[in-house]
Amino acid sequence: MAELPELVDHLFRREAGKLTAYLSRMLGLSRLEMAEDVVQDTLCRALEIWPVKGFPAQPTAWLMRVARNRALDLLRRDSQLDALTPELGYLQQLRKDTQFEGPDFELAIQDDQLRMMFACCHPQLSAMAQVSLILKTLCGFSVAEIAHALLAHPDAVEKRLSRARKVFRESGVSLDLNPLEIPDRLEAVYQAIYLLFNEGYHASRSAAGVREDLCFEALRLAVLLSEHPLSQQSKTSALLALFCFQTARLNSRFDLDGELLQLAEQDRSRWDAKLIRQGFVCLEQAIKGPELSAYHLEAVIAALHCSAASHAETDWAKILEHYDLLYRLKPTPIVALNRAIALGFAQGPEAGMTELEDLPDLALLRDYPFYPAALAEFSLASGQLEAAQTYFQQALALARNPSEVRFFSLRLKLLKTALSSD
Amino acid sequence: MNKYMLLFRIDPGYFKTVSPEQMQQTLNKWMDWKNRLEQEGHLDQFGDRLQHSGKVICGKTKEITDGPFIEVKDAVQGYLVLQTETLEQASELALGCPVLDQGGSVEIRPLIKTD
Repeated sequence: MAELPELVDHLFRREAGKLTAYLSRMLGLSRLEMAEDVVQDTLCRALEIWPVKGFPAQPTAWLMRVARNRALDLLRRDSQLDALTPELGYLQQLRKDTQFEGPDFELAIQDDQLRMMFACCHPQLSAMAQVSLILKTLCGFSVAEIAHALLAHPDAVEKRLSRARKVFRESGVSLDLNPLEIPDRLEAVYQAIYLLFNEGYHASRSAAGVREDLCFEALRLAVLLSEHPLSQQSKTSALLALFCFQTARLNSRFDLDGELLQLAEQDRSRWDAKLIRQGFVCLEQAIKGPELSAYHLEAVIAALHCSAASHAETDWAKILEHYDLLYRLKPTPIVALNRAIALGFAQGPEAGMTELEDLPDLALLRDYPFYPAALAEFSLASGQLEAAQTYFQQALALARNPSEVRFFSLRLKLLKTALSSD
Repeated sequence: MNKYMLLFRIDPGYFKTVSPEQMQQTLNKWMDWKNRLEQEGHLDQFGDRLQHSGKVICGKTKEITDGPFIEVKDAVQGYLVLQTETLEQASELALGCPVLDQGGSVEIRPLIKTD
């Protein structure tokens, strides 16, 4: 695919991911912990030597070489060396002579990372364990950083990770996949990086910052998937397109004071035009084939938002059509809610209200502040100010973080001003 | 011009849990600090780093033991030699040492003039 803009300069993070994938292939997934220790040692070595000697001309090759030598050292000392499979011995031999630069190396390391991604999405692991493991092994996050980003306790993250390593050790999970397993595992990979992206995108319960890194990591992994022959599929392009469109709008969701903004209030000139263009390239790729997944539909909806010059000029009828299709593939309460909101913009606030009141699975939205908020906005748009006030009060009571509290309080304040001037 | 040795001390355990991202930030700080000292003409020698442990020989018995042990919370990590006019100036420059951000310490010791 065409090149994406250089997103973040997280060299060590990226290299840690590559190193872990490479070492796990070399040592076997059952020695994941050893691989992680070697990565840590290797980066520490760089930290000791680079300030003295200066940056090496080829940092990746330098790190790979140090890591490989360290791993071979440890293996030699390993008393269970005899237990190594012949394949592993062969692989080590092969890797002793590896060149750590050039296109062949790039391909090999991409392959290692893809296999690691498949392994992380092993069916015996829970969705959150998969995401934590991806962050640890492929994205170079520390336990503390994962805990911070996923709003979990570090002990809980550590527990997830050690359970995962245990599954790898005891269930003989391999980095060599049975070709028949690939479609299912790829599906799990999509779900995990989609979850990873959304954890970052809906940074509703904490300040943006670190959480947005999750979006960039998910984007990076989607790019990786899109470049590997095994995973170069229509769905991959759709997912990547969706991430491009969403990431393009990441910063504009907050105003200069860091306050949450509604879509209608966002400054569209702050949307990242380059990422949006890239999104369209990927989307075109995605709709070439006959496949139509939820990722395709979500990407199209995001594309329609991105191509509208303003909120008012948005093609809501078309967005609604795609939500209709999406709801058939993915009948979740949130999709139903978003569909009803699109319907309200397409057909008028009264129609939107009716749709919202008749939503299926209303009980599941009971604690979700943006359900009463949607009712409030449509009440407001149809001139029912008092009803709007009641709904905003409900939304405020359900707000899950200071930023949502301020957001709904501001809506209420504006409304009260309007009410008192009547 | 006088010379001052800076000794960096840090808990070696720090490196067990620090994340790649933090390591990179630390690395960048080292590079920036070193460049600044060099450009301002204060850097006399940027010493190699020390491994965490080696051998220790103590007292009259001259017994050779392994050490210092990893439990040591303030192991010497490395050193450099600055050239400045005064100890105060050297201390001022030492404030930029990244080891301080990692919970470590810097010891500043004037070298005794031999000429």
